[in-house]
Amino acid sequence: MANWIPLWLHKLGSPPIFYRFAGTLRPWALGLALLLGAAALYGGLVLAPADYQQGDAYRIIFIHVPSAWMSLFIYGVMALASFIALVWRIKLAEVVAMESAPIGAAFTFVTLVTGSLWGKPMWGTWWTWDARLTSELVLLFLYLGVIGLYHAFEDRRQGARAAAFLAIVGIVNVPIVHFSVNWWNTLHQGSTVRILGPSKMSGDMLWPLLTMMLATKLYYIASLFGRVRADLLALESGKDWVRQIAEAEERR
Amino acid sequence: MSRPPLAAACAALLRRDLVLAWRRRGDIAMPVLYALIVATLFPFALGPEEALLQRIAGGVVLVTVLLAMLLALDAMFRGDIEDGSLEQLVLAPQPLALMLAMKILAHWITTALPLIVIAPLLAGMLHLPGAAMPVLLLALLLATPLLSLLGAILVALTAGTRRSGMLLALMLLPLCVPVVIFAAGAVSAAQQGLPWLAPVAWLGAALALALVLAPLACAAALRIALDA
Amino acid sequence: MTASPARPALLEARALAFYRQDEPVFGPLDFQLAEGEIALVEGDNGSGKTTLLRILAGLLHVEEGELRWRGEAWQRDAQLGDVLFLGHHLGLKGDLSARENLAVAAGLYGRRDEPGPADALRRIGLAGYEDEPVRRLSAGQKKRAALVRLLLLPATLWLLDEPYANLDRTGIELVNGLLAQHAARGGAALVTSHGAVSFLGGEPRRIRMHA
Repeated sequence: MANWIPLWLHKLGSPPIFYRFAGTLRPWALGLALLLGAAALYGGLVLAPADYQQGDAYRIIFIHVPSAWMSLFIYGVMALASFIALVWRIKLAEVVAMESAPIGAAFTFVTLVTGSLWGKPMWGTWWTWDARLTSELVLLFLYLGVIGLYHAFEDRRQGARAAAFLAIVGIVNVPIVHFSVNWWNTLHQGSTVRILGPSKMSGDMLWPLLTMMLATKLYYIASLFGRVRADLLALESGKDWVRQIAEAEERR
Repeated sequence: MSRPPLAAACAALLRRDLVLAWRRRGDIAMPVLYALIVATLFPFALGPEEALLQRIAGGVVLVTVLLAMLLALDAMFRGDIEDGSLEQLVLAPQPLALMLAMKILAHWITTALPLIVIAPLLAGMLHLPGAAMPVLLLALLLATPLLSLLGAILVALTAGTRRSGMLLALMLLPLCVPVVIFAAGAVSAAQQGLPWLAPVAWLGAALALALVLAPLACAAALRIALDA
Repeated sequence: MTASPARPALLEARALAFYRQDEPVFGPLDFQLAEGEIALVEGDNGSGKTTLLRILAGLLHVEEGELRWRGEAWQRDAQLGDVLFLGHHLGLKGDLSARENLAVAAGLYGRRDEPGPADALRRIGLAGYEDEPVRRLSAGQKKRAALVRLLLLPATLWLLDEPYANLDRTGIELVNGLLAQHAARGGAALVTSHGAVSFLGGEPRRIRMHA
């Protein structure tokens, strides 16, 4: 492996530098996320035309699809951070991986809830063993496993490293689960309902969807940075830079 | 004063674990008893109607065996951690992954093999047709080592924690979903007279992969979990 | 200090330090250990004696500072089998006899050409108890069942965490005899103990631990 990677990572991975970097970026990300989210909701719930088949019920995709997308994206980020944490033993990567997990689990949960809400008018039942919904449920368990393992250790860093390993095992597992669930689904029922037919998507529907995807990304960044900052303070509570921050806070 | 031969080390460890299991024969019987109890409860819950039981028999036996294995999984390394044997194993001048593979093998022999032996009995109680029985056994022969190997990684990860029973179940569930799907799929295909080779082949492929990778992952996980 | 430049020290620590959750456990610590040298690691409870031994054994990750093994950067795989670690947990299986436990250890670590296992068990003072399950032995006998590895397994560096605990006077003398013999054939050892211990070979090297 090239030598500059660990060097570069170590530089940005330094807790005080990242703390300041995240502190300045976070309000912008949060503000932009709320703005874009509001715009996307307006576009999706008000401006976009009703679907000729599903009426207004389809509008839940403006929440459901970006959440589903984020649930996978965050798992990817978590696994990548986990890999970096295990290979180069960088504390920041451990923190990013572990603080991503609850956010990802929340998005997964939202995906499941909105999916089942959507399922009621679509299929007439709250829960159906649809391949995607089932995979999403397994993904939730993967997230919960990582969170549970992290908290099972007394030593937080050790817990983070063990949970990071589990996250990597999990990402190998995700495509296998998806493949097997698909296979199982075709074995037991006819075909699954397609959620997004690309051809059916009109521009009026597409832009709110893409805007919402951007908003959820920014929200993830804002939420992650807030959590990571808090965690860094707790983890480095003995260090000088934290003491300086505490003193500055006290003087105010 | 040279490094001990690998085969001797493997044999010593395998022999040790088997002797230990034999001296505590009662513990071997527990998962078997558990599986028997769970399988017995199904007819009580669902009614003794033969057609219904026949339909669910394969899946019930598989899930029962899985749960019974999960019950015993927690003990795979716990004794060794508590008495310090694991430290000695980690420090031995032997490839750790191979040593762990021996431990996993011993664990499979002492927990999964008895379950496979009584699986026909359980399946018979649930009226699984005789024609599907060989497929069930084949599926179990491939699925149980897979579960042992995957479980070993997770047990190794929880090695540094105190009690891990529920956590282990939570962590194992996503990993065993594909295993259960293909194993049960093979049995139900055989029951319906459909070709069942494809899911069994998938299981076999997964097992071959896990045989190579899981001990390595297990060794890495153990090093992480013990480093404190 | 007097180590000749031709032969690097068996083990050398430079500014070795360890942190647990960013709290310093010990260090920075500097020491050298040559072949044929026995050193006593001293320190109060919680001064990190056990942690130091676990690091040197390769059970814990070196967080800060440098370790050298035979003059080269320390690597876990390079020293495996050349180091014998005896910790608080004795690594004995209660359901196996002392003889069976020893056979497993020899299978994993290899063994010296002599003494034979039976002879070693006799010399460690377990004659007549070789085939008793270890869990039925007394605390001191269990300790001896673990210490018998010192006689049988080939290793240059012994890391002994509280080897004198639970031992009676003859047991302590036995350990001292083993250490003297080990040093005479060029072996080295780090021994932790909070009791006052007199070695047969006079004053040992001392490494003081401080947080």
